[in-house]
Amino acid sequence: MFPNLYGIMAEFDNPESLLDAAHSARSAGYRDMDAYAPMPVEGLAEAIGYRSSWVQRMVLAAGILGACGGFGLCWWMTVVAYPHNVAGRPLNSWPAYVPITFEGMVLIACITAVVGMLALNGLPQPYHPVFNVEQFSRASRDRFLLCIEATDPQFDPDATRQFLENANPLEVIDVAP
Amino acid sequence: MKPEDQESTSVAVLDPGPDKIIGPGHDYGSVTDEIGGVVFRPFLRTPPQMFIGFAIAFLLVNLLMVAVTWLFLRGVGIWGIMIPVAWGFAIVNFVWWIGIGHAGTLISAILLLLKQDWRTSINRFSESMTLFAVACAGMFPILHLGRPWLAYWLLPYPNTMWLWPQPRSPLIWDVFAVSTYATVSLLFWFTGLIPDFATMRDKAGNPVAQKIFGVLAMGWRNSAKHWARYQKAYLLLAGLSTPLVVSVHSVVSFDFAVAIVPGWHTTIFPPYFVAGAVYSGFAMVLTLAIPVRRWYHLEDLITMRHIECMSKVMLATGLIVAYGYGMEAFMAWYSGNQYERYAFVNRMWAGGYWWTYWILILCNIVIPQALWSRRVRMSIPAVFVIALVVNVGMWLERFVIVVTSLTRDFVPSSWGMYYPTIWDWSTYAGTIGVFLALMFLFIRGLPAISIFEMREVVHHAESHVEPTHVP
Repeated sequence: MFPNLYGIMAEFDNPESLLDAAHSARSAGYRDMDAYAPMPVEGLAEAIGYRSSWVQRMVLAAGILGACGGFGLCWWMTVVAYPHNVAGRPLNSWPAYVPITFEGMVLIACITAVVGMLALNGLPQPYHPVFNVEQFSRASRDRFLLCIEATDPQFDPDATRQFLENANPLEVIDVAP
Repeated sequence: MKPEDQESTSVAVLDPGPDKIIGPGHDYGSVTDEIGGVVFRPFLRTPPQMFIGFAIAFLLVNLLMVAVTWLFLRGVGIWGIMIPVAWGFAIVNFVWWIGIGHAGTLISAILLLLKQDWRTSINRFSESMTLFAVACAGMFPILHLGRPWLAYWLLPYPNTMWLWPQPRSPLIWDVFAVSTYATVSLLFWFTGLIPDFATMRDKAGNPVAQKIFGVLAMGWRNSAKHWARYQKAYLLLAGLSTPLVVSVHSVVSFDFAVAIVPGWHTTIFPPYFVAGAVYSGFAMVLTLAIPVRRWYHLEDLITMRHIECMSKVMLATGLIVAYGYGMEAFMAWYSGNQYERYAFVNRMWAGGYWWTYWILILCNIVIPQALWSRRVRMSIPAVFVIALVVNVGMWLERFVIVVTSLTRDFVPSSWGMYYPTIWDWSTYAGTIGVFLALMFLFIRGLPAISIFEMREVVHHAESHVEPTHVP
């Protein structure tokens, strides 16, 4: 729709203004937007309408799989692959499998937490249009940015720019795709 | 401000006092510049102590190379180990290093879950310490194998002999526990670094540094959605690491407790090993943080509050360890088991190593009691000396457990004495070199304090200036 525009970005110098702007953008009906801050800001993700619980679901599933894997490995090694009668005790000596079951759970769950988080975030991602903005390098220092993206059905270069100006930012910048 | 502006690193070098976790006058930019400035200092402006320290560490690394080469050529016979003391320095050092690592995970995970915000300026530092300590620890059991090049036999993998490791043995639990711990520590450390890599990428003036940090940051762009998933993942990692850290040293203690050797076969071992691990780990964090804070003028980020909190944790865990020693001795007497009783008589006065036991009591129990005094906790030299003393004490504890117990078995005909050789000492000193060299490189090359978490601290400090009375 707007081939020369990824979105319009407003720059703030404190997290509270960004949070306010995000809230008003959401209530003005904008949906496709993202906010950038040098640290996690409480409530910001909800303010731009982000809702997802995939990380914890993936980690739960991975933890269960890891525990089953750890236990299964021990069971299979001692009962199926290499049965060994030690003082007449049962081959399936499950209490001794607990440590490896636990370590398997932690290992797989942790790997999934990190890899899953990166995958859901779409990382590694070498290029992203927001990097074209000169001020963007300060999003990792002391600037708070809100970008309304051109894919939003309500997006209009002039109206959106005017809307962001009203939030009293330091500057409003066009983001090249 | 220019990215590599030297002036930016010299904000108020002023200790804000014992009740503050960050110096006055800091904003988002200044913490970023102060921490980033350490990495972006020109090479020759590195504090001279770092060069001297690294040179010494590097010499020790070379000593390790020599010791390990000789070990590979001649086998474990070059060490002082024999029968009955088949577990000499290698296992003492393994347990010591693993224990040191535990404080890092404790600081980064448990204190995060407990919302102790003073952890922020020391967590990255102690996570790195964990990683390097685990690397040192991991070397010892492998070197001790006799044929270290066959270390992969410890892992369950389909092999032509169709042999499988014995999962009922604590030694195999150890393989799983330590390798999981190493992997999770690395993940935790790297995940914590991703946003800071992005900061360094954006701050770097040098295009090569920018490329390197850019690749490591993987395109992190501080998006609110990313932060939301990131925080969730980080919290889950912390939640999973907390029981992990307890399990690792418990499993290490099972290596001893499951055996029937008098002095090893005790149910108190798991909790007392975990407390001892935290104790020695905090001592090591203090040993490293005190000089670095001074060399890089980070007194306003690692404040007296941090030193004091860590001293208190050291005191508390030291008391748990003291209880452990007391209980061990009590149970030896109370059980009425003559082998157990003899193990203690041997430890305390009858055996050849009685003096190690008393130095251990002096280092781990007597001297740290000075930390009850606030004046001692507020004195940097005193805390530094006590931390060093605890490091020595905890090493001796492992020596007493491993070596003294093994020298006196059930049957007097199998008694013996263990004397470490020059190669035992070289390998030990060499791993200290590896640890310190990695620490020096880390402090020089990566942000040693978590930048984004310090910005959060600034944010909270700012929002608490005008207290809002929320019911």
